[in-house]
Amino acid sequence: MVGIVSYGTYVPKYRIRVEEIARIWGDNAETIKNGLGILQKSVPDLDEDTATIAVEAAREAVRRAKIDPKRIGAVYVGSESHPYAVKPTATIVGEALGIGNEYFAADLEFACKAGTAGMQMCMGLVKAGMIEYGLAIGADTSQSRPGDALEYSAGAGGAALLIGRDGVIAEVEGTYSFTSDTPDFWRREGQPYPSHGGRFTGVPAYFRHITSAANGLMEKLGLKPSDFSYAVFHQPNGKFPVRVAKMLGFGMEQIKPGLVVSHIGNTYSGSSLIGLCAVLDEAKPGDRILLVSFGSGAGSDAFSLIVTDEIENFDRTPRVWDKVMEGEHIDYGLYVKLRRKIRFG
Amino acid sequence: MLPRFWRKIRYRYNLVGTYCENCRTYYYPPRNLCPKCRRKSKIKEVQLSGKGKVISYSIVHDAPENFKMMKPYVVALIQLDEGPIITSQLVCKPEEVRVGMRVRAVFRKYGEEGESGIIYYGTKFVPDS
Ligand SMILES: [Zn+2]
Repeated sequence: MVGIVSYGTYVPKYRIRVEEIARIWGDNAETIKNGLGILQKSVPDLDEDTATIAVEAAREAVRRAKIDPKRIGAVYVGSESHPYAVKPTATIVGEALGIGNEYFAADLEFACKAGTAGMQMCMGLVKAGMIEYGLAIGADTSQSRPGDALEYSAGAGGAALLIGRDGVIAEVEGTYSFTSDTPDFWRREGQPYPSHGGRFTGVPAYFRHITSAANGLMEKLGLKPSDFSYAVFHQPNGKFPVRVAKMLGFGMEQIKPGLVVSHIGNTYSGSSLIGLCAVLDEAKPGDRILLVSFGSGAGSDAFSLIVTDEIENFDRTPRVWDKVMEGEHIDYGLYVKLRRKIRFG
Repeated sequence: MLPRFWRKIRYRYNLVGTYCENCRTYYYPPRNLCPKCRRKSKIKEVQLSGKGKVISYSIVHDAPENFKMMKPYVVALIQLDEGPIITSQLVCKPEEVRVGMRVRAVFRKYGEEGESGIIYYGTKFVPDS
C-alpha cells in the first residue's frame, strides 16, 4: 500500500486584509471580497522565503512520522518562487532535515501544481522499491504587481507530504493527470512579477483541466462524487473551487473543510496541499478524499485517497485551521517593506 | 566568506551539539573535548531539542547595513533545555520579549550578499506558545 505517511504545513504569521489593499488602490473592498471570496492573505516575514517555508513544513512532517530522517530517499520541492534561479531549494531542505547525502533531489516547477507532481514522483519511486520514503513539498511566496488584481490573492505558505509504504495514514487509490499547452499565466525569466491572460484564466484553463482530471480519475476508478467524504480543488480564490465543485457534482459540505483560501490567500504550490492537510486533520478511517491541483500552463493532477486506521495513532497537532485563523494584521506600508516592493538604487 | 559559511552549514541549519557521556553535559557549539573531564571525556554528537528560555536580551536599534530592514530587532541569550547557552536573533516585537520567555528554534534567512549573491540560512528563535 503506497500513500501518505505524514504531513506538515507552514503559514507565515502576517496577514493583510482586502480592505487595506483596496484603500491604497481606490477599489471597493466589498466588491472584491464578494468577487474573489477572499478576506485576507498571508504575508511572509523579511527572513522567510520558499526555502524556509519548505523546511518548516517538512520538519513538522518528519517529526510527526517519528522516523529517522536518513530513511528518506527523495526530496522534491515544487514552487514558482524558488529563492534561486539556479541552485536547488531541495538541497537546503535535505540538509536542514539531516537526511544525509544519499537521496534523489530536484526542484520542480509547474505553476501551482508542482507539489502534487512531486507526490506522483515519490509514489512511483516508492512503488518501484527504489526508496523507502519520499518527501513532496509545495511552497510559495508568490509576488504580485502592485495594483494588479493578483495582489489581493497572492499569499505565502507550504505543505510537505511524506510518501511511503509503512504506516500509511491515507492510501493513494489512484492518480490521473490532464495536461495541455495553455498560456493562461506565466512569468518570463528575470521578471519580478507574473503576467496573466485575465478572463482567459477561467474556463479554458482552471475549469477545463480540473474537471477533466477529476472526471478522468473517477472514470478510471469507477467512482462518483457521492463516493467521496471530502474534495479539495486548487484554490486561486474562494470562488473557483466552489464553482468547479458544483460543475462536477460535489456539495459545499464536501469542500468546505479544505477551503482555506479565504484567510490565507492563494499559496500557489501550497494551495491544494494545505487544503488536503486541513481535511486530513479531521478525516476518519474509511473516508475517501478527492484532491485535484491545477497549475497554469496548464495541467491538473487528481488523486483519490482512502484514510486508514493508522490516522487514529497519528499526531495531528497543531491543526491547519488554527494556523490559518491565527495571525497578525499589517498595513500596506509594512506589507510593501516585507515584500521588498520598494527598491533603493 | 563562502567556504567558511559552507563548512558550518550543518551546525547553523540544525542545533547539532555534543554530549559528554562521562559528566552528562551538553555543549553547543560542538566540542571535541569536555572541558570538565578532559582526558576522561566521552563525547558524542547530538541533535538538541531547540526548546529553551530567554535569560537576557537586547534590542538592536543601530543595525549593521545587512540588517537595517529588520530594525529594531531582538538579540537574546537563550538557555536551551539541555543546558547550553547560545546567542541568537529572537523573531518577535521588542515589546514582546521578557526574561524567562519560552522560545523554540526555527529555520530562517540570516541574510544575503546583495541581489546576486549567496543567501544564508540558519537557526533563529521565536516565542513558543
Ligand atoms: Zn564531561
